[in-house]
Amino acid sequence: MASLISDNEPPTSITTDLVRRKKKKRSSVSSAASSRTSAASISGESNTRWRSEKQQRIYSAKLIQALQQVRLNSSAAATSSPTAQKRGRAVREAADRALAVSARGRTLWSRAILANRIKLKFRKQKRPRAPTTAIPNTTVVSVNSSNNNNRWRKRRVSAVVRLNKKSIPVVNRKVRVLGRLVPGCGKESVPVILEEATDYIQALEMQVRAMNSLVELLSSYGSGSPPPPPI
Amino acid sequence: MSSRRPRQSSSASSISDDQIIDLVGKLRQFLPEIRERRRSEKVSASKVLQETCNYIRKLHREVDNLSDRLSQLLDSVDEDSPEAAVISSLLM
Repeated sequence: MASLISDNEPPTSITTDLVRRKKKKRSSVSSAASSRTSAASISGESNTRWRSEKQQRIYSAKLIQALQQVRLNSSAAATSSPTAQKRGRAVREAADRALAVSARGRTLWSRAILANRIKLKFRKQKRPRAPTTAIPNTTVVSVNSSNNNNRWRKRRVSAVVRLNKKSIPVVNRKVRVLGRLVPGCGKESVPVILEEATDYIQALEMQVRAMNSLVELLSSYGSGSPPPPPI
Repeated sequence: MSSRRPRQSSSASSISDDQIIDLVGKLRQFLPEIRERRRSEKVSASKVLQETCNYIRKLHREVDNLSDRLSQLLDSVDEDSPEAAVISSLLM
């Protein structure tokens, strides 16, 4: 992952920096994606991706940078008294953004999180910027969905899930509800929502793990005792 | 660069049941409650989806709580950049 080197530069503004990084990586992602989808399935790759220690470290580093940014912003805007709720929400948004960046633009929900931020930032400026960052990456999604049948025929295991004929509308309804929970998947088709949900759950679990360890670190640091070395 | 509109299937009939079963099966293994049961035991798809929604909501709540705690901690720790640099170096 040579692009990791670029992550160490201090971002002047998180969102504009993300737009720049996404544009640089755009061509490399779309060319590498076609070869990668034939080699490994998305779910198999995401299994190892979000569970690895390395991914958690990457995310923690990004999170810290984002949180420093939040701190600078809140101290600069000293006129409005920041309530605890606003601060908490700012931290949550920064954490989600860092998580979306760690997804490296391959999933719908991560792009939706980042697109929402970019749209908010550029609302007063040029409009067409948001679609240009979204469209080139959608080719990755269409390639994946066309290869789906081939992948599943090869990895056929005994199904452990029951699906009644009568319960199909129920299942559809629940999938719609699920689609509303996962960011950016409100209007997607059923298999897309299910794929995104599997990746999103793993990413959320990693986010919780990373934030937990960060909270432990900060609280032990604040109390004065030297914190234990990270595992 | 084709748009992804023609590939999207909006009607349920064009998606095969096997596809749904496979996807829901993959989703099932990430759920904590169902994972503890024996894998061979069949679970209905709607139950898996319900558990998934509950689990995602629970994870969202945890992230909210953690970010509240983080914001409090950041304010208390927040004197100077040397502390943040120390924390960053500890995490690397």
